[in-house]
Amino acid sequence: MKEIKDLVVPDNLSYTDAHEWMDKEAVPSRMGITDYAQDQLGDVVFVELPEPGTRLEKGEVCATVESVKAVSEIYMPVSGTVSAVNTELEDRPELVNSSPYGDGWILEITADDPAALLSLMDHGAYLDMLKGL
Amino acid sequence: MTGDYASGGLVFKESLLWEKGKKGRMAFSMPLSDVPVAEALPPAMAGDGPDFPDLSELEVVRHYTRLSQWNYGVDSGMYPLGSCTMKYNPKIHEKLAALPGFATAHPLLPESLSQGALGLMFELQEMLKAITGLDAASLQPAAGAHGELCGMMLFDACFKARGEKRTKIIIPDTAHGTNPASAALCGMKPLSLRSGPDGILHAEDVAALMDENTAGIMITNPNTLGLFETNFAAIAAIVHEKGGLVYCDGANMNAVMGYVDMKRMGVDVVHFNLHKTFSTPHGGGGPGAGPVCVTRELEPFLPVPRVVKKDEEFALETDFPGSIGRLHAFYGNFGVLLKAWAYIRTLGDDLKRVSELAVLNANYIRESLKDEYNLAYEGICMHECVFSDKGLKALGVTTLDVAKRLIDLGFHPPTVYFPLVVSGSLMVEPTETESVEELNRFIEAMKRIRKEAESEPETLLQSPSRTVVGRLDETGAARNPCLCGGM
Repeated sequence: MKEIKDLVVPDNLSYTDAHEWMDKEAVPSRMGITDYAQDQLGDVVFVELPEPGTRLEKGEVCATVESVKAVSEIYMPVSGTVSAVNTELEDRPELVNSSPYGDGWILEITADDPAALLSLMDHGAYLDMLKGL
Repeated sequence: MTGDYASGGLVFKESLLWEKGKKGRMAFSMPLSDVPVAEALPPAMAGDGPDFPDLSELEVVRHYTRLSQWNYGVDSGMYPLGSCTMKYNPKIHEKLAALPGFATAHPLLPESLSQGALGLMFELQEMLKAITGLDAASLQPAAGAHGELCGMMLFDACFKARGEKRTKIIIPDTAHGTNPASAALCGMKPLSLRSGPDGILHAEDVAALMDENTAGIMITNPNTLGLFETNFAAIAAIVHEKGGLVYCDGANMNAVMGYVDMKRMGVDVVHFNLHKTFSTPHGGGGPGAGPVCVTRELEPFLPVPRVVKKDEEFALETDFPGSIGRLHAFYGNFGVLLKAWAYIRTLGDDLKRVSELAVLNANYIRESLKDEYNLAYEGICMHECVFSDKGLKALGVTTLDVAKRLIDLGFHPPTVYFPLVVSGSLMVEPTETESVEELNRFIEAMKRIRKEAESEPETLLQSPSRTVVGRLDETGAARNPCLCGGM
């Protein structure tokens, strides 16, 4: 398992306390799970994705990530509509491990209220949260 | 004898059946066919037969005997697999199940020729009612999750009868994963309820979620952290106030028999895992039995047929118009019901003692290992105790490495990485089966592993080394499963 200092936490992304990241600069916004989350989960072997066009509330389950250890649910960081899913993960779930912020992205979300993204943690706050764990 | 049971003794290697034998060899002689040869099949239906190996009887016997020696069961040693309740299965159960009257019974026999089997089922229903304090029972569900599904169907039927439609259900974050699945199958959307920092549920959190569109709550008690939900009655009152129903996942009934009256606690439906609580053999996927007990209000909806007593005769009754219908072919997993009946009859009032010892044993382990391993929650536990990986991470070892090393020392690993609310959880359920000497050996093995984690972590990382195969590539097995033999 990685030490906190070895974790990648990009400073241009927003974060949730359930270890999801979201790109607040793009519309629609991409989201995925953080380096910490993929490291904790271990090797991901399956990702279940929602149908594009699904509308979900903040905190609702939007995807499921299965690793050799456990099945974990991924929650909507903000309320909105799923505008795209990363179908590449169906055949290559390991991308979530190897590139959590890049090719391992999970969904694109069109937020109901773009301002809602401002309520998420910035990278400093997220790092502080990790240090407290 | 130390806390190291495994030996480096003789273990036979064994190849696949397809790699053994010789063309033309066989285990028995088929009698000559006296049936005329049929006309040729249409070509679409004809083809080569399956590629069966040609083997002698002795080759087959040795093959499976050797494989069985690679296995580990509760008859070989301690099996502290938390949440699964791997207690010893007394051999008298097998003896009773083998009585010809039971073993050769056919489910299509008329009731008049099945009085023994029906009588046993009726008695078991009565015993389960007495143990829960509830009013009626059905033995049909074939496993715990099936019992949950039955419970959710009963909820649904009850609301329909009341002319209501409720679309949500409250499920704690410590629940078995099958709980939300069972509710979702009945068209209810699970609302996740977070447990408190003390590992249990709090009434005010339930009050915040419970409304007139919510069917109720599914609570496991004791919960999957091995803790008793002390706020259960208050939570049930909140749910009932809004017209909801309370489902208790009774998977952990082992800990509370004779101590908890489910009805007085506010439960409307509870299921049993007979294969856990009443010690019928399980593992490897079955067989199980998940009977439900319900309140008077829900009784009309129970699955049919129901085993009833009319005068002095036992009968199967289907005339219950409100019933959710049939849940299982025939009447459930009868062999499991029979063994559970035998367990309850053998122990009688001592079922209470079963729960006492299950709780005592778990607390003995918790207290004995709390300095070596981080306890996820302080305080007295019920039938199982949960440790986290705090303190292990810094040494560069994981919960999985501890579990694998235990195999090398001759113990079945505990449950790992469940419940999800605990980081790297390691859940130990010794059950009432084990003696204090056996518990001490397990504790000694766990302490030794903790020392090794500091002094020689490589030993953990490379374990198991005494098994026929070493550390398995779990990722490779999940991503590229090879499910064919002899290819």
